[in-house]
Amino acid sequence: MSNLLEVSGVSVTFDGFRAINNLSFQIGSAELRAIIGPNGAGKTTFMDIVTGKTKPDEGRVLWGEKSVSLLKMNEAKIAQAGVGRKFQKPTVFEDQSVQENLLMALKKPRGWLAVLGYRANSEDLDKVAQLADEIGLKDALSRKSGELSHGQKQWLEIGMLLAQEPQLLLVDEPAAGMTLAEREHTTDILVEAAKTRAVVVVEHDMEFVRRLNCKVTVLHEGSVLAEGSLDHVTSNQDVIDVYLGR
Amino acid sequence: MQRSFFAKNPSVLVFLALLAIFTLVVTVLSEGFGMGFISTSFIKTLGKTLCLCLIAVAMDLIWGFTGILSLGHFAFFGLGGYMIGMWLMYERTRLIVVESLSQAEIPPTSAEVVDAIGNQIFGVVGSSEFPLVWAFADSLFLQLALVVLVPGILALVFGWLAFRSRVTGVYLSILTQAMTLALALYLFQNDSGLRGNNGLSGLQNLPGVTASQDQVSLWFLWASAFALGVGYMIAAWVVSGKFGSVIRGIRDNEARVRFLGYSVETYKLAVFTLTACLAAIAGALYYPQAGIINPAEIAPIASIYLAVWVAIGGRGRLYGAVIGAAFVSLLSTWFTGGQAPDISLGFYTIKWVDWWLVLLGLSFVLVTLFAPKGMGGLVDLWTDRRVPNRHGADLGPDDGALREKEASE
Repeated sequence: MSNLLEVSGVSVTFDGFRAINNLSFQIGSAELRAIIGPNGAGKTTFMDIVTGKTKPDEGRVLWGEKSVSLLKMNEAKIAQAGVGRKFQKPTVFEDQSVQENLLMALKKPRGWLAVLGYRANSEDLDKVAQLADEIGLKDALSRKSGELSHGQKQWLEIGMLLAQEPQLLLVDEPAAGMTLAEREHTTDILVEAAKTRAVVVVEHDMEFVRRLNCKVTVLHEGSVLAEGSLDHVTSNQDVIDVYLGR
Repeated sequence: MQRSFFAKNPSVLVFLALLAIFTLVVTVLSEGFGMGFISTSFIKTLGKTLCLCLIAVAMDLIWGFTGILSLGHFAFFGLGGYMIGMWLMYERTRLIVVESLSQAEIPPTSAEVVDAIGNQIFGVVGSSEFPLVWAFADSLFLQLALVVLVPGILALVFGWLAFRSRVTGVYLSILTQAMTLALALYLFQNDSGLRGNNGLSGLQNLPGVTASQDQVSLWFLWASAFALGVGYMIAAWVVSGKFGSVIRGIRDNEARVRFLGYSVETYKLAVFTLTACLAAIAGALYYPQAGIINPAEIAPIASIYLAVWVAIGGRGRLYGAVIGAAFVSLLSTWFTGGQAPDISLGFYTIKWVDWWLVLLGLSFVLVTLFAPKGMGGLVDLWTDRRVPNRHGADLGPDDGALREKEASE
């Protein structure tokens, strides 16, 4: 299986602080991966680099079958290439309805002229309704997303991510602030999504990671400390020292 | 779901109907029509107000919807005025010159005519040569094209430079203000080619038109109302669909829109340029009614007024901008025109000409603090538009697990 994303030897320094230190990471085209690590391990910075928000000082980030470099592209281009990102804090457009949020995310031409002339057809609306059903917001389509509960906003954002139909999903703490039942639903959505695309989940909650039942990468001080199944990494002495032991 | 544009946006239809009724009533009551209830000068004031409403719609599009507080849109307004003013002044002077030279025994050559026009127009700044910028002033068609092209290209270049470097927020506001100030200072110079601080004058006289100002003022009222109606529809159409979703998204969370794959800079540039063109058209209709344009019109204060109108009227809703611009600018005319009665306090007399700006500033602060939705928000009382009651508490990912009541305990 060829790699969808290949990050090699990447380093970033912020004001002398090495946030990412010679980090290498690969993921295949239909794989679920969890990234864990203590605060400041560089999890969010890693996502920033892949999505183009932060430019690394050195290293390579290669994408897709043709191995194009993501470093020369801006955020919008990378997103169009097929990288979707969910933020830690749910960021949906609160002033707009659930339907508008999903329509905006739906995979369609992103140019301003195409968007200006775009009017939703029934096919797109069906797709949106189907997605809303999947994330449990079917009855809330016309509600403003600002009215939704925290967990619902998280789901809406996951729904927007799925609507983008990305090949790689970067998900930052999807289960934060969710009830147990909501967490289980979120796990199902992510596991289902990972059947057809790569999904990277950053998470603090070990229980949640266990339920994902996937390969785990442990980050520490900007580089990979251990990689393997959850049981494998949790028995690693280094990991216990820096993370679990505390 | 495939409903028409008007069915989905009933406020547009209401607005157009009100605008049509307003125009009709004013026309019937005007001097030009014969009733004479409304003086010609007031017709001009109303026509100018409609132009100000149009630029307010443009401002709402860029500020209220896209979240870019531009303090430079009056630069585009003024440039539009200058472009049409050049033709009006050139053509009218040409007619006068041809008329007077025709008395001569030898018919004048065209070069002599142009020289004489140059003398007439640029005599006040001690010159008689036509500067390069007047190259197309003899063609109405080209000058009309320039009304849109010059401000449009300026906005395109300025916006491209500013947005590409990701200048946002208050820094962008300052940058736009610097642009309009620089333009005003440049035009103040005599050798800028647009008659320095004299500006262009006599614009109310349409060349070759013998109708009285009573009639002409009505024509401009109609044209202004038409432009406002069309501009309003364009703006409403732009914000109604997915484009509107995207620009409101840019206003609320620019980074998120970027990660959805939309090129934020391109969208901003498109809106900035479109609104600059709308502002320019408004300006091109305004100054023939005002009769004179000079660089002071482009001074930053004008653009700040524009922001105040839109804020008082209500950002993020197009009719709010129109209400704000109409209400505040008409009130301003009333107060500063000396029509408002002075208030005698015994020891001090409040003269509104002096105190109007204080009143305006105060109401701006009060509206911002206590009625952020502006006067347009009053319409919500009518239509009973529900606003999500979020209690103002932003519960983050950690506290979010709790209900707000629990979190605050």
